[in-house]
Amino acid sequence: MAKTDLDATSPALLSATASAPASAYDMGARTEVEGAATFAVLVDNEPGVLHRVVGLFAARGYNIESLTVAETDRGRHTSRITIVTRGTPHVLSQIEAQLKKMVSTRQVQNVTTDPNGVERELALVKVRNAGSDRLEAKLLADIFRAKVIDTTTTGFIFEITGAPAKIDKFVGLMAPLGLVEVSRTGVLSIERAAEG
Amino acid sequence: MNAPAPSLTAARSAAADGRPRLSGAQIVVQALVDQGVTDLFGYPGGAVLPIYDALFHEPRLRHVLVRHEQGAAHAAEGYARSTGRPGVVLVTSGPGATNTVTGIVDALMDSIPLVVITGQVPTHLIGSDAFQECDTVGITRPCTKHNFLVKSADDLAAVLHEAFRIATSGRPGPVVVDIPKDVQFATGVYVGPSEARALHAYAPQTTPDAAAAAEAAQMIAAARRPLFYTGGGVINSGPGASAALRRLAARTGAPVTSTLMGLGAFPADDPAWLGMVGMHGAYEANHAMHDCDVMIAVGARFDDRVTGRLDAFSPGSKKIHIDIDPASINKLVKADIGLVGDARECLEALDAALDALPRHARAHSAERLAPWWAEIAAWRARRGFAYRPSAKLIKPQWAIERLYALTRDRDAYITTEVGQHQMWAAQFYRFQEPNRWMTSGGLGTMGYGLPAAVGVQTAHPAALVIDIAGDASVLMTLQEMSTALQHDLPIKVFILNNEWMGMVRQWQQLLHGERYSHSYSASLPDFVKLAEAYGALGLRAERPEELDDAIRAMIATPRPVILDCRVEPTENCLPMIPSGKAHNEMILADDAERLGDVIDDAGRRLV
Repeated sequence: MAKTDLDATSPALLSATASAPASAYDMGARTEVEGAATFAVLVDNEPGVLHRVVGLFAARGYNIESLTVAETDRGRHTSRITIVTRGTPHVLSQIEAQLKKMVSTRQVQNVTTDPNGVERELALVKVRNAGSDRLEAKLLADIFRAKVIDTTTTGFIFEITGAPAKIDKFVGLMAPLGLVEVSRTGVLSIERAAEG
Repeated sequence: MNAPAPSLTAARSAAADGRPRLSGAQIVVQALVDQGVTDLFGYPGGAVLPIYDALFHEPRLRHVLVRHEQGAAHAAEGYARSTGRPGVVLVTSGPGATNTVTGIVDALMDSIPLVVITGQVPTHLIGSDAFQECDTVGITRPCTKHNFLVKSADDLAAVLHEAFRIATSGRPGPVVVDIPKDVQFATGVYVGPSEARALHAYAPQTTPDAAAAAEAAQMIAAARRPLFYTGGGVINSGPGASAALRRLAARTGAPVTSTLMGLGAFPADDPAWLGMVGMHGAYEANHAMHDCDVMIAVGARFDDRVTGRLDAFSPGSKKIHIDIDPASINKLVKADIGLVGDARECLEALDAALDALPRHARAHSAERLAPWWAEIAAWRARRGFAYRPSAKLIKPQWAIERLYALTRDRDAYITTEVGQHQMWAAQFYRFQEPNRWMTSGGLGTMGYGLPAAVGVQTAHPAALVIDIAGDASVLMTLQEMSTALQHDLPIKVFILNNEWMGMVRQWQQLLHGERYSHSYSASLPDFVKLAEAYGALGLRAERPEELDDAIRAMIATPRPVILDCRVEPTENCLPMIPSGKAHNEMILADDAERLGDVIDDAGRRLV
């Protein structure tokens, strides 16, 4: 009886497994599509809490693309950590579950999937140029509503805020115009206030 | 070391609100007593001397002095697993703390509640590379459920109570509390467990969602090939969970299998018991896992030793996953229904949800499950644990069978080391009750069993506590024999001595062309003389006819015993799901001749 059963199940099994991983050790080979996600993690502001979060990502092999942290509620001793990461939907849900599991965690929010989530980043962009490049850089900065926070006859430092994609775009445009250095804060996020 | 030692005779000045002020060391002792701790395992040193001084005056706490701090952690694990209460460890800074790390990781992997108190250099020396300083909270951060560095004696009581709350609630685990020496000397306000404020918002969900339970009940009631797959979570939840599992299995008529960690939650003598699942599990259990239509996973985490090849894991089943850790659900295997909560509460919720179904839906129909049981009977008839008996050599499987036969009427607790002997113990020792089986599952720590037995015997002085050991594993923590002697803990160390690191040898035979690289236990000590050197009784059994008498002598001896049981050196642990294979591709002892061909190149690369 057992034998019949095996024969009955194995063809289906083979077809289902043709492209799938052979064991738990090969799970990284899954072909799900990776996407970016921003997690806002509200944690107790206590020594070592950032290390816990970063250590969790390192130990489980998750990426950190950007990370910001600061105390946001002095009275309740809570800090807000905003992490931008990448992963398949399965990995992202594990990241969320593992973050929630930490004793120091109060709340975890996937800002990317939250329609009320707002993401912003600030960047300082240094360019060195002259002549028409200099005029072009200033013109583009005006279009992007970047502020000039320092200027010399041979260059600018711009301050720009916006969604990470906007900053990427601006930095890309500055590249041929004498881009020297970029400093970015990493992504900050917040939830829109309820309407009414 | 010139600072004045605190003691209970020190003046207890009262704070403004009338609460007593105690030294940090006294706060530690008082908190342990108030948490109901009666036993702790430790080793003194410079940075915990104030706490040891306070212990000197505290008759309600029994301190078991180990011979190595790793032993303290494993002993506390054994204590916790056999009682359901947290195990407590007290060690000094630096090497004291680092030596506990293996035991702490072991407890984390197997979800065992431990509170590990470590001494630390005084706060003003932290970061100065002081003598016996190490970054204990940094080292233990990734291997604890949570940890604390206490910088003020006023925080100490609240932190200790919080440590117990975290260690024992939700998914249990180890918590480290690192206490600098000056904090142990300083005075602070003591608060009891009931008045201590919670320091974290941490509040794990224990009660399952009723709607999900109702949905799960419907799925179970409609199943034709149901199976309970239970794990350590059932043991951790307490005896009530085992009772609920037994009731639910009886009313649904479903068979039960379990992980290594879950043995004993369901009685091995029950006809519905299929034996352990997994790499070295029962043939019938693995086939039932593969072919079931509804799998009810309770407090089990789909470990790779259980699932084998993941994409071929139980391909046709709907899965109900009960776990107190939401992160376990959908981690490796997608659950059709996830029930987050305590195992007992979830099982009782399922029971109640089955009651609520319409009569025709919940009637337990033996008829409906009859074909399923007929299939199981066929798998059982394959006798997957069969081995070739020998009249000349002691077969390790037979040794465990005899050990069970001669101890089954006793109040026996079994611990193990890690390797072949561990798997044979899991296969052939038949556990009827929870909390009787202590083994290192997740981490697989050789050297776990002997100190764990010390911990179990501390909790159960009158019980028969046996460490089923291997000749290689037992040498890793053998010095704890001295602990057993000192504290009158009559543990029995039953060594299946095959003169090999047996599991390593087996894998080298199967996967590495019989190149036995460094796996032979050369220069083994004479275990009988070694036992005598410790003051224990040493026994040896070399031939099958000597075994029963040796086991009887071991049981009858009211002090520690090492029984050196010489077994067939090259016996392999079978059946086995080779790496990279599915549950229904087990190899059995009678086709062991072709072992080398069964595992392909991909499998060879797996652990």
